[in-house]
Amino acid sequence: MELPSGLKYSREHEWVRVEGNIAVIGITDFAQSELGDVVYVELPEVGTEVEANNTFGVVESVKAVSDLFAPVSGVVVEANTTLEDQPELVNSEPYEDGWMIRVEMKDDSELSDLLEADSYRAYTEEESG
Amino acid sequence: MSESRLSLENLENRGEFIHRHIAPSDADIESMLGVIGLDSLDDLVEKAIPSSIISDTKLNLAAPRAEQQALADLGSFAARNQVFKSMLGMGYSDCHTPTVILRNILENPGWYTAYTPYQPEISQGRMEALLNFQTMIMDLTGMEIANASLLDEGTAAAEAMTMVMNASRNKGRKFFISKDCHPQTIEVVRTRAEPQDIEVVVGDHRDGALDEDVFGVLLQYPATGGEIFDYADFAAKAHETDALVVVAADILALALLKPPGEFGADVVVGNSQRFGVPLGFGGPHAAYLATREQYKRAMPGRIVGVSIDADENPALRLSLQTREQHIRRERATSNICTAQVLLAVIASMYGVYHGPTGVGRIARRTHRLSGALADGLERMGFSLAADSFFDTVAVRVGEGGAARIVEKAAQRRMNLRVLDDDTIGIALDETTGREEVEVLWEVFAEDGSAPISFDEVEAEAAVRIPESLRRTSPYMTHPVFNSYHAEHEMLRYIYRLQEKDIALTRSMIPLGSCTMKLNATTEMIPVTWEEFGGIHPFAPEEQVRGYRDFIADLEFMLAECTGFDSISMQPNSGAQGEYAGLLVIRKYHESKNEDYRNICLIPSSAHGTNPATAVMAGFEVVVVGCDSDGNVDIADLREKAGKFSEKLAALMITYPSTHGVFEEGIVEICDIIHRNGGQVYMDGANLNALVGICKPGEFGPDVSHMNLHKTFCIPHGGGGPGMGPIGVVKHLSPYLPKHSVVAGVGPETGVDAISAAPWGSAGILPISWMYIAMMGGVGLIKATQVAILNANYVARRLEPHYEVLYKGANGMVAHECIIDIRPLQEASGVTNEDIAKRLMDYGFHAPTMSFPVAGTLMIEPTESESREELDRFCDAMIDIRRDIQEIADGLMSAEDNALKNAPHTASDIAADEWTHPYSREKAVFPLPWVRAAKYWPPVKRVNNPYGDRNLVCSCLPVENYA
Repeated sequence: MELPSGLKYSREHEWVRVEGNIAVIGITDFAQSELGDVVYVELPEVGTEVEANNTFGVVESVKAVSDLFAPVSGVVVEANTTLEDQPELVNSEPYEDGWMIRVEMKDDSELSDLLEADSYRAYTEEESG
Repeated sequence: MSESRLSLENLENRGEFIHRHIAPSDADIESMLGVIGLDSLDDLVEKAIPSSIISDTKLNLAAPRAEQQALADLGSFAARNQVFKSMLGMGYSDCHTPTVILRNILENPGWYTAYTPYQPEISQGRMEALLNFQTMIMDLTGMEIANASLLDEGTAAAEAMTMVMNASRNKGRKFFISKDCHPQTIEVVRTRAEPQDIEVVVGDHRDGALDEDVFGVLLQYPATGGEIFDYADFAAKAHETDALVVVAADILALALLKPPGEFGADVVVGNSQRFGVPLGFGGPHAAYLATREQYKRAMPGRIVGVSIDADENPALRLSLQTREQHIRRERATSNICTAQVLLAVIASMYGVYHGPTGVGRIARRTHRLSGALADGLERMGFSLAADSFFDTVAVRVGEGGAARIVEKAAQRRMNLRVLDDDTIGIALDETTGREEVEVLWEVFAEDGSAPISFDEVEAEAAVRIPESLRRTSPYMTHPVFNSYHAEHEMLRYIYRLQEKDIALTRSMIPLGSCTMKLNATTEMIPVTWEEFGGIHPFAPEEQVRGYRDFIADLEFMLAECTGFDSISMQPNSGAQGEYAGLLVIRKYHESKNEDYRNICLIPSSAHGTNPATAVMAGFEVVVVGCDSDGNVDIADLREKAGKFSEKLAALMITYPSTHGVFEEGIVEICDIIHRNGGQVYMDGANLNALVGICKPGEFGPDVSHMNLHKTFCIPHGGGGPGMGPIGVVKHLSPYLPKHSVVAGVGPETGVDAISAAPWGSAGILPISWMYIAMMGGVGLIKATQVAILNANYVARRLEPHYEVLYKGANGMVAHECIIDIRPLQEASGVTNEDIAKRLMDYGFHAPTMSFPVAGTLMIEPTESESREELDRFCDAMIDIRRDIQEIADGLMSAEDNALKNAPHTASDIAADEWTHPYSREKAVFPLPWVRAAKYWPPVKRVNNPYGDRNLVCSCLPVENYA
């Protein structure tokens, strides 16, 4: 399971890459593997306010539907519209071209609630154990 | 040498059907009991079922009847129905079922014993017919996507309401319904709206602007009284405030009218019954729903879509299943679990048979005769209540004249509709001819003779469709609707499709929880008797004494079987039954001024319809934990029932559980709920393990639904029809559903209608009556015992090869068993899906995959399978297990093996090249007996993600059919 070290991880299996005051958000390799082939991603419109631990969208695979939970609060400044035609990017490149939204963070202290790669790995092993 | 003299009773053999239905012979039963290590069926029951729930009361049913006797007895009921010419309209219009469709689809078990197409490779035939249905509906309605049918027009309209509520940008809570909609539609939508906190406003669409907080509107086209309104301006205005427009449209009228898609409709719904399906006293009929591309993910029900198979050839499958309740659960947009596939197939074949020219001709003829009727009445001095119409003429008959006209019409064996005290509605249809028009004129004439000439009037009859609303766009242009008009062509098309599918005509379908038992021919025969099939659901009570009495008799039988006090036949599916049952519970609490009770406890192991239904009924779902065996965690239940005691409304429980276990604690569970002020709803999906031995009404549940299409032999139809009546204990009886159009359907204090028709799909109730009549109490008990025996026999034969999960006390399973594929997947990479596809090579439909537990297979053989068939199935599973072991041991490739490449097609082995490390023979004739009756899957494994990412839901251009 791929787990880039520079990222932060949430217990709902989202990752965050911090770029200044912008949080780039997607779902982890573990999540995409559990879901199976992704067929559709429902993302919020630019300008939508998201709140930490609340849902911001939905990801659908052939056999499952999962809510997407915001790891941090803020305003959506960009949504990855490529996923409309190529939802499979979530499976093939969950941390690169499979990114979902860019959020201008309201309170970057929320990042300290998230996990580092090692802690997240341990967390997923606990979950599947 | 003397022979002992057989008794006459023995020679009469009135219980013969019991041995036709229950397949294992007495000798087989003894031998199978031996394999399990038991002495008798009674011994089996004692070991499998907790003694605390075994009933002491007998089944008080008539003795088993011979097949011909049962037919005669049912015939006496039928003889008390009078088949009048019902010209009531209201969404139900008589029609002719083309006989080639009647005999070769409606009366053909190759079509009606199939299951829902969850295994697409073995269901291509009926899915093609459904794709045709979707295409036909899209064309006629002018919309971009249509589903594969809903349960009836009323619930389709209600589903559309929920759909537009979720899709609309307008976040208001009002839904406007035109007063010109069919009354039963208005009632069903109202019932659906109330628990969802939606305010329904019924009004005249011509009355001016819509409230800002109206999120959607429902219109009828043509109106229930016949008038054809132009809704374009109204639709445009609605869109200004983001209100979405739902139009309920008559399917035949659409051949001549501007389609709703062209005047601003966002969703179109309706009944497809008049395309070749009998009236059936209300059903079963296939309703349709069509919408715009952008709303496709909000569409309820099933959609057939085109994908590709492993060879990249076009292949059909059920698309977007993640919308369905079995995945979204309480976040599902609808609880709908089934469809009306057999009826949608019939309607689509009517389209194939007639083509656009034929359909157009029928529409024009119906309209011409209506026009002639209207003109004649005008010449006689009557005035029309509406100048425009398609097939329904509304006539003013003077102060209080309506009753008299209706009576005169009845004397001529015709039923006319009373629109109000001085207005009569007359709806013509495909079966109407000049004779009926002439008789109608006589009925309206003062002295019974009309001084007008039909030929003269008809020659000058004007078109009564406003010019701006006449259809100009073509429809049903696809070759499939234009190629099979010669009867041989039609016949062969029907058989080509049928041969692609696996149904019970080929082999056992061991789907857990689906109860695919015998649908005997004798049970099916009364369905197409005119006295049952030819009756309009709103025909006057005195004409349907037979139906009323017969339904009461069936209610008595079902009450006897389940131990409940009263039954309602209105719900026409299991999920509808759940919905009705929860509404009854809700009304009960209301009656005690406890309507603040809104918490519904549901075990995590429940079927997805349970939480979806609870939300629809206005409850808040609280999940109760289950242990690793799928049994309700009673400690958790006790805690939550206590915590929510003030607001506890209900518990929904499946018994035996979805894992097939007779939970010992069921009595205690029900007790906990009752002590905390709640009611217990029992999901009756597994009733086949209880009938005749345990009565739910006696061991705790307050209300339960029965799946007549499982336990009581109504065939699955390829994905519907179904029937889901509910039984209730005495204190809930006052709240059973009533109906606003027909009196005496339910108690006055009952909940409002939940189905368009008063007794649901009444036309298929004869099937269950026949089954119970022929089996009698003794037969039903034996059926349950053998259902449990067969499941335990299969479990015992498979146990050395597969781990059997969830056994009850004494190591017994109930009527189904679950085998665990997960450890095999770990060891070999083979999944339960691979096994399901490989079983197709042996000619079998797979057991239920991954329900209730992911990575498992759930097997329910039923009592209707012989030991030989059970052994063949077990032999196939054991053969597969050998392959799995070889893969695990590294002796067989993990990627290139018969399981991963399954199913194998004829094209596979006919190819010049065969590069697989196993033989062609192993691929397609894995065991000797397969050769004798080979089923050839028409496609290879269907690519699911491809189908959902590239959604195509209508017929492909003809090149693809090469």
